[in-house]
Amino acid sequence: MSNVTIRQVHKHYEDFHAVKGVSLEIKDKEFVVLVGPSGCGKTTTLRMIAGLETISEGDIMIGNKIVNELAPMDRDIAMVFQNYALYPHMTVYDNMAFGLKMRKFDKAEIAKRVNNAADILDIKDHLSRKPRMLSGGQRQRVALGRAIVRNPQVFLFDEPLSNLDAKLRVQMRVEIKKLHQRLATTSIYVTHDQVEAMTLGDRVVVMKDGLIQQVGEPLELYNNPANRYVAGFIGSPAMNFADTMIEEAGNAVYATNPTMRIRVPEQIAARMGPHKGKPATLGIRPEDLHMATGADPEDLSFDAVVEVAEQLGSEIILDLKAGGSAMVASVEPTVKVKPQQKIRLGIKPTGLRFFDAKTEAAI
Amino acid sequence: MTTTAGSVPHGGIIVGKPKWRPLESEGNLAMLLLLPTIALLLMFIAYPFMRGILLAVTNSKVGIIGDFVGFENFARLLKDPIFHAVVYNTFLYTFVTTVFKLILGLWLALLLNRDFKFKAFTRAFILLPFIVPTVLACFAWKWMFDPTFSVLNWMLFKLGVVAAGAGVNWLGDGDLAMLSIMIVNIWRGVPFFAISLMAGLQTISPDLGEAAAIDGAKPLQRFWYITWPLLMPVTMVVVLFSVIQTFSDFQIVYVMTGGGPANATHLFATYAYQLGVGTGLLSQGAAVSLAMFPLLFGIVIFQLMYIRRVETR
Repeated sequence: MSNVTIRQVHKHYEDFHAVKGVSLEIKDKEFVVLVGPSGCGKTTTLRMIAGLETISEGDIMIGNKIVNELAPMDRDIAMVFQNYALYPHMTVYDNMAFGLKMRKFDKAEIAKRVNNAADILDIKDHLSRKPRMLSGGQRQRVALGRAIVRNPQVFLFDEPLSNLDAKLRVQMRVEIKKLHQRLATTSIYVTHDQVEAMTLGDRVVVMKDGLIQQVGEPLELYNNPANRYVAGFIGSPAMNFADTMIEEAGNAVYATNPTMRIRVPEQIAARMGPHKGKPATLGIRPEDLHMATGADPEDLSFDAVVEVAEQLGSEIILDLKAGGSAMVASVEPTVKVKPQQKIRLGIKPTGLRFFDAKTEAAI
Repeated sequence: MTTTAGSVPHGGIIVGKPKWRPLESEGNLAMLLLLPTIALLLMFIAYPFMRGILLAVTNSKVGIIGDFVGFENFARLLKDPIFHAVVYNTFLYTFVTTVFKLILGLWLALLLNRDFKFKAFTRAFILLPFIVPTVLACFAWKWMFDPTFSVLNWMLFKLGVVAAGAGVNWLGDGDLAMLSIMIVNIWRGVPFFAISLMAGLQTISPDLGEAAAIDGAKPLQRFWYITWPLLMPVTMVVVLFSVIQTFSDFQIVYVMTGGGPANATHLFATYAYQLGVGTGLLSQGAAVSLAMFPLLFGIVIFQLMYIRRVETR
């Protein structure tokens, strides 16, 4: 077990700058998730840590040792691949034992470790089978087993759950979490699924276009997104955005557009100085919206037209039109609305976020 | 709406007498579609094969229908020293060339499977020996092996290996002639191995190599424990095809040595041709080519069984 340091790492392909100076400090025993859309550089970064891609610039250190020039096998890491990458001609046992055999462990020790891992992962009955006789979930367990028998310093996960169906994915997510709690091995996990990132990560790294957008604990990303991109990426359904102008009236600050006139909360208004008279993007999460009642002040609510109402049982997802912008609200399951109905939505006062219209950075 | 007596109303749909449509039966259609293939197989495989067997048990010659003589032709072959040489030659020729074709082809396939500039062009280029008509290529090789005018001897002379006028008599010496036709066979066969094995390599996910690298396997170990076993089914099919082709090889020997010198390079096919067509001893020629059959059959059965075992495990 050990910490991992990534310092100003770049990756250039022939005519493509895939990773543009990523720096990250991963603590011992930490579970860090790299998340972002495809092509954001997360997998390339992981593969550079693994030694499967060369590093164009910068340093990667595992346990205070620079590993830039080390072969994958000398980095003391284990990796779980998206398509499992099990050796199809070997039994489950041999798949898990392969790494130990290559490292010249003696037979008894190999048997002990493989059996132990099979116990933990509940694949003991399948040890003599070939991978193709197993289901997707079982294969992924074998891939996990192959990683844990070696007891490496760092686990690397490259979208390990994306080949599984939705139900199994949730189940395996929990298992990976449990496994990490039990083994406490430093883990770096790549995914494009923000739910996986939020549920698994001690810390989450949001990437886009080869750059880190924000690093933080899941709730921090959710509550204080550093920019509009992170705000839209984290959370489901995604945050609503509306273009507004920042105006001062009396001693209050308002964000306005033709359908809204929202009063900016005082602590944010204090930072609005340089933005007054300029456009800013207003962000509201669907769960911070509710059907307005008389108690909702005029400047913390707005009119909208229902387009579609999706009843999920625990909530209703409303697809709305508020002026020019499409909005989504998550409201109480007891609410009764019809398509094309005009409603007024109230905003939770703490649910307002503002982003600079140009830089997209949070205000 | 009225219904006539005896007919059953089906919600207004009038049920008529079904039309006779024989092709709607899958069995009939299958037979019809298979017919051309069956006809071709009968005409070009079954008939010549049976004809060969019938010829081999007579004493037929060109112009003479001949009588049934049983296994006399085969008994004669067993005592024929040239036939003994033919059997030895054919096995040696097949074994040596297949081993070299496999090694060189695999080596090329592994190189071609990497990423490099002009990859597509090189892959196409490699196929050239395979595309050139064999007979034409063999005539070119014959020139290259010519003792007086050959480019090979000229090179050896320039390199100082041989003296002027004392060039190697490539096709005139029995052992060298065998070596020469083997070289040509290998030259011609390597592209098939290379391209087929490369296709096999491309079906192996690169993730497996990466997983093995992380597992601590060095490049040679990765080849031995991962690539080679996964390539084995393709390798067996390729070797199977090549063995059949090489075992019954004709063109190279016929053009380059004609089986000589002194029958030193005769293979089954060329000897059968020489006896049957060259000398006119049709039945003996047929016996030689039939003698090849059980051997080839055995090889094919063995390899097919192996392939099946690999595929079902």
